[in-house]
Amino acid sequence: MNLLTHIPVLVIVIPLLAAFASPIIGKLNKKNLGLFVSVILGITLILTLILATNVLTKGPAIYVFGGEDISLTHPSGLFAPIRIIFQIDAMSIFMGLIASLVFFLASVYSLSYMKSHEGLEKYYTLLLLLATGMSGMVYTGDTFNFFVFLEIASIASVALISFKGTDCGEPAEAGLKYIVVSAIAGSMVLFSVAIFYGQYNVLNMATIAEVMQFTQLDKIALILLVTVLAMKAGSVPMHMWTPDSYSEAPAAITMVLVAVSQASLYALFRFTFTLYNIKMNTVAVGWIIIILGVLSMFIGVTMAIIQKDIKRLMAYHAVSQTGYMLLGVGVGLAVLANPIALETFGIKAMEGGIFHIMNHAMYKGLLFLTAGALFFRTGTRDLNKMGGLGNNMIYTAVFFIIGAAAIAGIPPFNGFASKLIIYESVYQFNPLLAIIAMLVSILTLASFVKVFHSAFLGPKMEQFKDVKEVPKSMLFAMATLAFIIIIFGLFPDLVVKNIVHPAVMALINQSSYTEVILGGM
Amino acid sequence: MVVVNNFPFITVVILISLGIYTLIFKKNLLKIAIGIILMGNGVNLFLVSLGYRHESIAPIYTNAPEETSMVMPTAQALTLTNIVIGLATTALILSLAVAIYKHYGTLDTDKARRLRG
Repeated sequence: MNLLTHIPVLVIVIPLLAAFASPIIGKLNKKNLGLFVSVILGITLILTLILATNVLTKGPAIYVFGGEDISLTHPSGLFAPIRIIFQIDAMSIFMGLIASLVFFLASVYSLSYMKSHEGLEKYYTLLLLLATGMSGMVYTGDTFNFFVFLEIASIASVALISFKGTDCGEPAEAGLKYIVVSAIAGSMVLFSVAIFYGQYNVLNMATIAEVMQFTQLDKIALILLVTVLAMKAGSVPMHMWTPDSYSEAPAAITMVLVAVSQASLYALFRFTFTLYNIKMNTVAVGWIIIILGVLSMFIGVTMAIIQKDIKRLMAYHAVSQTGYMLLGVGVGLAVLANPIALETFGIKAMEGGIFHIMNHAMYKGLLFLTAGALFFRTGTRDLNKMGGLGNNMIYTAVFFIIGAAAIAGIPPFNGFASKLIIYESVYQFNPLLAIIAMLVSILTLASFVKVFHSAFLGPKMEQFKDVKEVPKSMLFAMATLAFIIIIFGLFPDLVVKNIVHPAVMALINQSSYTEVILGGM
Repeated sequence: MVVVNNFPFITVVILISLGIYTLIFKKNLLKIAIGIILMGNGVNLFLVSLGYRHESIAPIYTNAPEETSMVMPTAQALTLTNIVIGLATTALILSLAVAIYKHYGTLDTDKARRLRG
């Protein structure tokens, strides 16, 4: 019994058990519940880091549930793997790192931010369940298991979005939009899983990838999966839930929701790259993803410019930034069947897109946390009612500048690093796309200059003269993210080489994923 | 015969289309909930139809003749899971509809709408 081999399951089970323990702990000791949750998510973060070093140095980790042996993927006498298998390759662990970091910081931030709220035991239970759901989504190697974790994450996030819903109607409205979207997405994902099962009699991703015939039914499944997962990731034209739910959820939850929607993005890449790979028409699917990305970038940013609600504005920017990831990875997908183009710019474009996922989770999380800090002290999200807060909340202002500079792609912050890779490589694919991407970046900067001006600059306002800096735990969460943003911005090569490149190669090399499961066949 | 054999799948298509139709064109929150249930049921029916194997033995241990192999009940297990998840989803939608009705006094999606733009 080596504890190290059980880490893949521990990172799921620890938050899950803690989720059901937290109502009891909340009853016994209300004060320390938040601390307990932070410690649990901190442990999960440490375990994920250990798992990450393992996976990146020794290759993919697998964990077979309910088998005689945790590495026995293929029981003798059966035609295919039938057990639920967690398969953690470089791409999964890349998302897992984002998830565990974001959840840990969200729980730390909530220590002060949610202090005055009622029913915190429910809040923390749901937060932990959401952590379970998201980690499960990115670690699982089983299509049906993915659906279950998707639903766990959806239901927990809906309840969290409408958590404030007791005294006003808007959170319930935002939650309702998200649950409708999630329910459709969940049903359609299950429908696709059923199509795979009906044809191939297996649920395991690696096995499906191996036996995939790309029949007419597989095409239907592909269309359904791409559509609903793009919808769950908040891409235009299925983005209508994003501004509502991001703006109505508590700030820490918004940061987490950004990461959870990126887990859907991960699933989109996982299904297209691992399940279908070059068996489908990669040029067509790649272009569909590119067009979704360009639309998201452009419409997201233009909608963001006219917003007056700070969190709504940032939510539209989240839609816009999702476009960059879709663009980068879409270009990689479009040239997947063409080895020369893939080598010259395809891999680079994907590195940009995948690196942007992590950068986005960091700076968008930071921006939402600063928006939460402003709301925490001023009680409003309306930019027209704010002003002069830079005098009182100097740290928050600095963190906001860091986040805004990163999202606008200004060196030396991490947004610049990934956007530069995207521009360079996409330019070789199609110059027009790169120009649109740069234009969107400029518009992003314009919009954040406006926010900074109206919230932080100007003379002190009468009603905000007693506003203080936010409590330490909130500052800690923001400072950690700001630190990571700067480190990633200063040493992008290190990150790309050690974390991002293996993740991209794990997506591209379909055989590296299937071999782990079917190696012995 | 082809039509008869495919009857469950035709029903699946009808159920899911009805669900999508309800979601798009109906304005009442309760009807939207019904649309989602219809979609979920369509998917459940699809799974159960896939699980049927002609002239095979149902995986009920107490009922099966001895020393015969039974059908692997994966599809049924998936259906059960989806039913439970559907229950949770429905409960959540209805509770949100209750919250919206309390604050806006209506279930009409055009009227109960403050988040715009």
